[in-house]
Formats: sequence, structure tokens, C-alpha cells
Amino acid sequence: MKRYDLIIIGAGPSGLSAAIEAGKRGMSVIVFDENERPGGQLFKQIHKFFGSKEHKAKIRGFVIGQQLLDEASKAGVEVKLSATVVGIYPDREVVVKIGDGVEHYKGDAIIVATGAAENMVTFDGWTLPGVIGAGAAQTMMNLHGVKPGKRVLMLGSGNVGLVVSFQLMQAGCEVVALVDAAPRVGGYGVHAAKVARTGVPFYLSHTIVKAEGTNHVTGVTIAEVDSHFQFIPGTEKHFDVDTICLAVGLSPMSQLLKMAGCQMDNSGKGGGQIPVVDESGATSVPGIYAVGDVAGIEEASSAMIEGRMAGIKAAEYLGFEEVKTGDEEFEKEVSALDELRQGMFAPSNRGKKIEKTEEGIPISENLLKHGFVADDEIERFPGVTHKVGIHPVMECTQNIPCNPCQDACSKHCIHIGSHITALPAVEEDRDCVNCGMCVASCSGQAIFLVDEDTGNGHAEVTIPYEFLPLPKEGDTGKGLSRSGQPICDAKVVRVRTSKAFDHTALVTIEVPQDMAMKARFYKAV
Amino acid sequence: MRIDRSKDLGPCLPKEGDDRIICRCEEVTQGEIRQAVHDGMFTLAEVRRYLRCGMGLCQGQTCGKLVARIMAQELGVPVSEIAPASSRSPMRPIEMATWAEEKEGGEV
Amino acid sequence: MDEERITEHPILGTYDKGRLVTFTYDGKEMQGYEGEPIAMALHANGVMVHRYTAKKHTPRGIFCAIGRCTDCVMVVDGVPNVRTCMTPLKEGMVVETQYGVTTKKEALG
Repeated sequence: MKRYDLIIIGAGPSGLSAAIEAGKRGMSVIVFDENERPGGQLFKQIHKFFGSKEHKAKIRGFVIGQQLLDEASKAGVEVKLSATVVGIYPDREVVVKIGDGVEHYKGDAIIVATGAAENMVTFDGWTLPGVIGAGAAQTMMNLHGVKPGKRVLMLGSGNVGLVVSFQLMQAGCEVVALVDAAPRVGGYGVHAAKVARTGVPFYLSHTIVKAEGTNHVTGVTIAEVDSHFQFIPGTEKHFDVDTICLAVGLSPMSQLLKMAGCQMDNSGKGGGQIPVVDESGATSVPGIYAVGDVAGIEEASSAMIEGRMAGIKAAEYLGFEEVKTGDEEFEKEVSALDELRQGMFAPSNRGKKIEKTEEGIPISENLLKHGFVADDEIERFPGVTHKVGIHPVMECTQNIPCNPCQDACSKHCIHIGSHITALPAVEEDRDCVNCGMCVASCSGQAIFLVDEDTGNGHAEVTIPYEFLPLPKEGDTGKGLSRSGQPICDAKVVRVRTSKAFDHTALVTIEVPQDMAMKARFYKAV
Repeated sequence: MRIDRSKDLGPCLPKEGDDRIICRCEEVTQGEIRQAVHDGMFTLAEVRRYLRCGMGLCQGQTCGKLVARIMAQELGVPVSEIAPASSRSPMRPIEMATWAEEKEGGEV
Repeated sequence: MDEERITEHPILGTYDKGRLVTFTYDGKEMQGYEGEPIAMALHANGVMVHRYTAKKHTPRGIFCAIGRCTDCVMVVDGVPNVRTCMTPLKEGMVVETQYGVTTKKEALG
């Protein structure tokens, strides 16, 4: 039997973060992952992450994955891939399937970071080829460069459904509709808005009646549901699609912890059966910790902090760390985690309808029902102001823990302050120099540079653009509204790309002056 | 958790969606799961043994929650009251030849 | 097959792929990249149905794509129940539709 100070199960964001902290403290660490590639879901995440600089905000998920792997290797961590842990036995014995045999390992401590599995919903035809999980879609397009389908219907308006819809379009697929049985968009408003402005219709309070096709999906019928989630007859809508993508939540994969004898919580909070853990992730079994989604579904950013906390505590538990210094570092992580768990989407607000922002501004109802802020709602937010000359317009209308825009502006035009969930506000007396850094830094793609009057009855709007083909200077097309409707003619006057923008291109379009606060996307015709 | 086995569930009346597959691996339908509850299977473990749902290649990863929800509805209790299935090794499908192949240092 | 492949991605650029190899699907010659999951090569060639189930004889294809659901299993080089989303493609592989647990359509009656 091989011995390690620490065995970690799962090489995703939390497992790797735990491994780095433990390795840095001199522990011998091995990480097992059943997949061929490490990183968990990080390598499928191609959007820029939210948060603050310390939380790796505005860095794309797959880049974070690579950073974690590099740090782990520097810390002397051994990562064993295609290694499936099939059981945890008494006294922290771990049995791993590697190749065509099983091996036994013993750890003085074990950190379980096995993550989550996708939830599913059933409807007639849900077993047909062409009905896939959102994770499958991400795997196909972001890891393997294969389009999941040509025309896709997305079920689920949580962050996964919204982000994957956008990714499908980036991969060159058409998203015909985004559907959710819930009456309100579940994910971040900014994620919804960037999907809606490309023209994808949102159908809230709707769900799938049936998938059509004999051998594979050829179409789908959705219908509206009442407050008891029963179909309302006569509201059926049909779409020709070849793919139906399901993004209806995640469940912790906690079976190993249960097998290890950890006390479990079956109340359903945390997305399913989760282990009972203390602040550091310690379960009821001494020496066994649980971190990341397996201990309750959250975001990758909080999973990384949880991992670090358990890594520090495991080192302390085995005497690799002086309790005093360990505690200091631990407390830093505690406050970082606390910061991430603030705002409208905080775990404590789950299931609640928030009516007003922290600033006391009514939330956009239209955003929750249709995925975009209506023209008559947008003006009430502090990021949206009017000024002569070019200025940033920040259509950030919900309190989420994110602040890269504030640092991005070297002229200090953008103010969030020390309270990370505050809505960004325009500093009126500062002058924008049109550098574009704020536009590219916004993970929600919610910042635009607007010059409301460039003369001759025209205005210019600079939009973030992450699709191919990239428009060219001189191209003409349509300006689209926040709802994705063509509202005016638009001419591309400038296209900027730069390493500093990290693959977000800045496209400046010239539109009629009265469209300056309405046109938010460009479509070639 | 104590299970009230004397509970009268009434007759198992047909319901919309009874033909629908719930367990994709073992091809078990909603109707079969509902009937199993009426036949006296009140826990996930019992339904698993009775119908094999959740015992196929994916080991209940896909249908576990769906089966629990159907059972809870039938029993008229919250999903949290459906006792989860037990967890035992191997956690993933594994060929018998592999399972028996103890590698270096394998002796316990 | 190019239509199903992403040739250039706005964020990821181009994809690192192995060399182009030939394999057969139900006797038909197809091409895919060495080392990519068999399921990806099939999808790029427009193949949706991987198998027909044992009990109800219904078609199945890719569902989770990460080796969890096992819906995408096929008979590969004569071995049934191979998870095509996890198994790397090799030159000359013989990939066949799985009926129940065999390659015999008749087995499903």
C-alpha cells in the first residue's frame, strides 16, 4: 500500500487549490481524477470569471485551470489522471482503479473534491439522440472543436444555461430559444443580456412538452406552464431543431463521502445529499474533508477558496503548519469567501425574489422575464449617464461580487468602492480617453463606450464582440436593440483587438443619434 | 428514519407520463416506479432491487433524483424523506477482471 | 465533415488535433482525428445513433459526453459497451452500432 500525507479526490478547481496549499506546506500530496484531463470543468469555461482580482476575475476559466496546474506542479503535487477512486475504506484507505487493475493507497488525510453531476428533466422523447446535457455541449465544442448541433434549444436560464447558450453561438451554432419553467431568469442578468441582444428569444414559465423525431431530434414543442408547473393548453410553440440542451442544475457527487461514513445532510440544501462540514470543510470523520460542489453547489471561484481552506487546515491537522500562521492565512480565505457570497445571488438569497438593489433601485422586471433591460428601465442605474463626448455606459443592474471594471479604468471614471457588490457608477468629473479597457474587462460584457453626438445626426457605440467572423471597418449592417431586434442601420467605423483585451474585440458602430442608448449589438446583413 | 409501512396510498391510477423512461440505463418507466411504490417499495434501495432502476451502467447518477421525486409524490412526502440509496464500492462500473487485479502493494 | 467541426473559434483559436485517420462505422469508411473520443469523430461525420436499447429498442446517442451516463456505448473492435465519449480514436478501429449488447439487429427481434 502506498502512503501519502494527503490524498485528494478530484483535480477540479477545489481539489487543485487544496493540493497547492498542502504541497506548499511540505506535505506529500497525490490527486486522483477519473478524467483523462485535469481541471474538472474549468477547461470547458471559456468566459471571463467574475469576482475581484484576488479571485482571478476577468481571467477565462481554462486559463485559470492551466494556472492551477502549473502551481500544483511547482508545489510538488502528483496528479494522477484516468484514476478512478472506487471506494474509501476505514482508516482512510483509498482504492483506485488505474488501467486494468486496482491499487490501494493510504492517506493521513483525505480531501474529497469530486464535484457534481448534472440534473435532468424528463419529457416525451428525452432519450432521443440530440437531447444532451449542457456539459456535453461544452465538452464537444470547447474541448474537441465539434459543434453539438446546428439549431439548438436551451432549457434552463441559470448561469450554466446562459453561459452555454452564448458559447454555442461562439461555436457557430444557432440558439433558437432559451426556455425555463421558472417565471424568472435564474442566472446573472448580464449573462442573460448578452444572449438576448444577439436575438435569442427567452421563454420563461415555459418548458418542453416533447422532443420530436424517430431516430434523432428533428424538432421540439414547448408550452407555457402555470404557477403549479402544469401546461396551459393552447400555448404550444414548435421549433425545428436538431439539438436540445438541458441545463437544469447540478447535484453533488457525494457517494464516496457517504461510503466513508461521513454524516450526511439530505435536506436538499446544497443541491442534493451533502456531507455535514465545518468552516474548513472537515467532515464528521477525522481527517476527511469535503470541498467544492460536492459540499454544496456553488461557483468555481468559491470552490477554489474552499479548497485552499481545507488544504491549510489539513496541513495544520497533521502538524505541517504552525497553528498561528495557518490561522492567519485561513482567516484571509474566510473573508474572501464571505465577500464572494454577497449580493443578490448569495447562497442565502437562493429562491428569494429580490425587488431592489442594495442602492434601493428597483430591479429590472424585464430583465428577469425576457433577459434584457427595457429602454425605459435602463436610465435608473448609476452606470448609465449622459455626457458630451465619449463615456462609458455600464449596464450592470444587479449586485454581484465583481469589480474588474473599477481597476480597468486608469482615468478613474468608474467607481465601485470597497463594497464589491455595489453597482458601478460613473464618476462624472473624470474624462474617458476611449481606451476600451473597461469594455474588455467586464466579464458580463455589460459596458459600452458611447458618444451620443458625433455630428451629422450620428452617434457611436462601442460594443464587446466575441464572435467570428469579426466585422471589418466599413462594413454595414443593422444595429440591434437590447432585445436583439434590428432597430437601425449601423456602420462599422472601428474594430479593435489587442492582447490586453484577451480575445474580446471592440467593435465601434455608427448609428443614428437617437439610437445611441438603444443599439447594443451589431449584425451584418 | 422510520417508515410508516401501514400508509394507505389508495389505488395506483394511471397518470400522464407513465410510459416515459426515467432510468435510461435499465429502461424503467414512471408507471413502473409508481406501481412499485404501491407494491410496498418505500425506499430507494427497495425500488432499486425491485426494478433495477439506478443499477445500470451509470449507477443511478442520472435518475436517482428523478426516481426519488416520483416516489415522494406517490407517498405524499417531501423528497428529503426518501431515504437515499446506500453507497458502496465500486463507485463506478468496473470490469470484474479489473476489480480482481490487485496491483503492486495491493495486499491489505 | 468540416461543417460539424469548428475550424476557428473566437476565444480558443484552433484546436490541437492528432493526425487524420480512417476508421469504419458499420462497415462504412470514415475519417476522424487520432486520439479524439470516438463519439466526436462520429458526430463530425453526422452519426447520431450509437445504439438501440435492449428492452424497448429505442435509439440512443451522446448524452453526457463525460463517461457518466453510458448512453453512447457501442461495439468497438468487437467489444460491446465501450463508452465512445471516453475512448480515443485509433487508426483502423471497427466501430459498430450496438443492438442490446451485440451487433446483431435480429437480437432485438
